[in-house]
Amino acid sequence: MAYSDKVIDHYTNPRNVGTLDKSSHKVGTGLVGAPECGDVMRLQIQVDDNNVITDAKFKTFGCGSAIASSSLATEWLKGKSIDDAMKIDNMDIVEELALPPVKIHCSVLAEDAIKAAINDYRVKNGLEPIESEKVHH
Amino acid sequence: MNIPIYLDNNATTPMDPRVLEAMIPYFTQKFGNAASRNHAFGWVAEEAVDYAREQVAKLIGASEKEIIFTSGATESDNLAIKGVFEMYKDKGNHIITAVTEHKAVLDACKHVEKMGGKVTYLAVKEDGLVDLAELEAAMTPETILVSIMYGNNEIGVIQPVKEIAAIAHKHGALFMTDATQAVGKIPVDVNADGIDLLALSAHKMYGPKGVGALYVRRKGPRVKVTAQMDGGGHERGMRSGTLNVPGIVGLGKACELCIAEMESEAKRLSALRDKLQSALTVLEESYVNGNVEHRLPHVANISFKYVEGEGLMMAMKDLAVSSGSACTSASLEPSYVLKSLGLSDDLAHSSIRFGLGRFTTEEEVDYAVEVTKKAVTHLRELSPLWEMFKEGIDLNSIEWAEH
Repeated sequence: MAYSDKVIDHYTNPRNVGTLDKSSHKVGTGLVGAPECGDVMRLQIQVDDNNVITDAKFKTFGCGSAIASSSLATEWLKGKSIDDAMKIDNMDIVEELALPPVKIHCSVLAEDAIKAAINDYRVKNGLEPIESEKVHH
Repeated sequence: MNIPIYLDNNATTPMDPRVLEAMIPYFTQKFGNAASRNHAFGWVAEEAVDYAREQVAKLIGASEKEIIFTSGATESDNLAIKGVFEMYKDKGNHIITAVTEHKAVLDACKHVEKMGGKVTYLAVKEDGLVDLAELEAAMTPETILVSIMYGNNEIGVIQPVKEIAAIAHKHGALFMTDATQAVGKIPVDVNADGIDLLALSAHKMYGPKGVGALYVRRKGPRVKVTAQMDGGGHERGMRSGTLNVPGIVGLGKACELCIAEMESEAKRLSALRDKLQSALTVLEESYVNGNVEHRLPHVANISFKYVEGEGLMMAMKDLAVSSGSACTSASLEPSYVLKSLGLSDDLAHSSIRFGLGRFTTEEEVDYAVEVTKKAVTHLRELSPLWEMFKEGIDLNSIEWAEH
């Protein structure tokens, strides 16, 4: 399969690889996917007092698209408010990376990882998790 | 050394230039139809086909009268399985095969089931070998055919073909083998092994694509198959269609080269394969898949735990290899062959198949080892599973969200 230059760039030079302190109440962690499906994505956000994401890190077990999707997600998350981060749509990732149809799954995983990280942060800080009603593309 | 390096010789092999040289005249000057009995153009073509038939027969210890030319191993498998079923269904309607067979065999068996046949798909042991006791137990008076491959395309495991044939014959059944990966790589002898039907393909042994053969035993027993293609009655009525003369000449030449060079090549390749394998299993949590003794000389299938195969292949873009991962397919199901060895899904997703060949050099293998080690290490740094493993977290204790 021929990947876009952007996928190859994110894959070759992944942004924001790493681990944040899971136990900190400033940090939200989203772990999605399953080893038997061939993809596991872990996305973490660090949030300041103004509800702005100051840092984001990821680690991903998966194919090139999964790694690129999570790398891109961390770039987009940094500097965004929690509310704006919640609005990131998997199709935005598909378009930005020009993912082939068979790899849309990877973008869905990234969107779910973002939402899971935000909800983890919310629950840690005594807020209700936000239920996602959206049907994925 | 030319980059990228081709290490996917189980998928297909490059054609040997000596094969191409033999083929070229049959495209232009010697273009006759081998079935044209009334002029010199036809005779020249027929003579070339006859010679190729001898070359193919010699490689597997057969008589030239027992070789039917086809378009490749897929057609040979189909002709053998469907053809035997149709020919012998009054005697019995049961066929036995194994779950690790190539899709050409498995799907032909599914077709037989649709035609009213019964098929037993034998499980394999952890090392990929068929359990002979299970085979014996599966035999019934209705069994007409046992079809078990010679060497596996994904893991290279060589089945105990001789023993399997003996069991089939004891119960009055025929024995067929898809020997696509084995022929030309290791000695195969239809008489010594007790093979009644055998499928082979030219492009897996440095010949052209689109040509193969089916061996059909003529004596003790005389095997017959119902033709799957109707037409001019070529190939003793078993496979109609104008013969692919240049392709057949190429297949013959490829066989001749294998006869001459197989022994030394097998030695050279198994040494290279062992070198690659021992250099890579130095990496933590890496495992060789399939039986390591009964194996084709040129195949190594290795799982690198906590790294996904497709992602890994991307990191080794200078190497042309293959993965048992199925991240590209809609089903996300990893290789059924690896799964049938009892490998967990994540290990099956983490596998890479290295297929060495006639033109693989030691320098290329050394380079492949270096690139693979680097890629595995890099991707593990990116892998949340590797981090959890290193922290001593039991991955089975985590409730994964299915996608």
